[in-house]
Amino acid sequence: MTLTVQDISVARGGIAVLEGVSFTLTPGHALVLRGPNGAGKTTLLRAIAGLQSTLRGDISAPEGGLVYAGHADGIKPTLTVVENLAFWAQIFGTTHIDTALAAYELTALADRAAGALSAGQKRRLGLARLLVTGRPLWVLDEPTVSLDTHATGLFAAAIRAHLAQGGAALMATHIDLGLDEAEILDISPFRASAAVLDSFDEAFL
Amino acid sequence: MIALLTRDLRLALRAGGGFGLGLAFFLIVVVMVPFAVGPRADLLSSIAAGVLWIGALLACLLSLDRIFALDWEDGSLDLLATSPIPLEGLVSIKALAHWLTTGLPLVAAAPVLAVMLNLPPQGFMPLIISLLLGTPALSVIGTFGAALTVGIKRGGLLLSLLVLPLYVPTLIFGAEAARRGADGLDITTPLAFLAGITCGTIALLPFASAAVLRINLR
Repeated sequence: MTLTVQDISVARGGIAVLEGVSFTLTPGHALVLRGPNGAGKTTLLRAIAGLQSTLRGDISAPEGGLVYAGHADGIKPTLTVVENLAFWAQIFGTTHIDTALAAYELTALADRAAGALSAGQKRRLGLARLLVTGRPLWVLDEPTVSLDTHATGLFAAAIRAHLAQGGAALMATHIDLGLDEAEILDISPFRASAAVLDSFDEAFL
Repeated sequence: MIALLTRDLRLALRAGGGFGLGLAFFLIVVVMVPFAVGPRADLLSSIAAGVLWIGALLACLLSLDRIFALDWEDGSLDLLATSPIPLEGLVSIKALAHWLTTGLPLVAAAPVLAVMLNLPPQGFMPLIISLLLGTPALSVIGTFGAALTVGIKRGGLLLSLLVLPLYVPTLIFGAEAARRGADGLDITTPLAFLAGITCGTIALLPFASAAVLRINLR
């Protein structure tokens, strides 16, 4: 269940954004990607999740062991909170949605239509989906957006419990979750250098 | 996969789900035709089969861009693509859900509307059989078109232009079967062709749809 990324390059919109990224993520560990806006965090995470092709390099992710959570939560507004979660539980072949609801304090909202939730509550529902998938490797893109301090604490607790069970998490986030076991990888040194002519004059000489 | 089908059916039936959109359009088209053509029973009964088929086809076309657009917008499509369901299964279920919420209601409404167009009594059975055989192909081809245009904002026009030519064979043989049936002629040949087209699209197009969906997501 180890994720190994070797020397990969990824492109967005036809332009290489990252080059030569390598890291290994073993069970029980979390890796936090840091970098300024536009550095290529989302592109890298999508490539690891298999939603995008890479220019070069190898990604060896555990087969069927990965779950991805992007900027959008994939919530259907006309379904209730429970129906949304139960759907994903069925898709991933699991049953325990009650613990996921409790972990993000959504039990009281269980029968409310997801469209009537606030942005932070929707995000909590999106994160609760990770718990019902039962997959060991979480790939998270900005998981704490629109969460308040308390909900961020719930998320950190969920990550900690997941790591304790032998899971792993790879996430791009700007805030400090207070996770001592998390390693930090700054991806700005891997920024791809655009192919620029060494000297303007040489082009004419 | 059953979970995906029940979710799609449930979403279609809830408010704003679009169930009934195609049906209402079909109803409007067929009700308007006698007003436009005039009260000539003989003329109406001779064009009834063709009008019903055109109406069903356009009603089907109307609801195609909903197949993937909503899942794309809220991010579910990305999440489904990384789930244990293979994309081929996903597109097949999407096509089936589209047929159950659009094609099947059209088949059920057609005989009622056929009365308004003065379809001869012997034409009812061939009409229902031809629609029942032909509408699955419309849904499967439409799913392919929707997969091609997923991610394009307001891709409805492009989708219609891509899909309509692919609908032509189904329309030709489907309407031919219904028309021959109304005239009391043998309908075996057009029905066989129609069934062939439907079986072929169901067998092959899910793979093409999954392939283009994979390219579009990446």
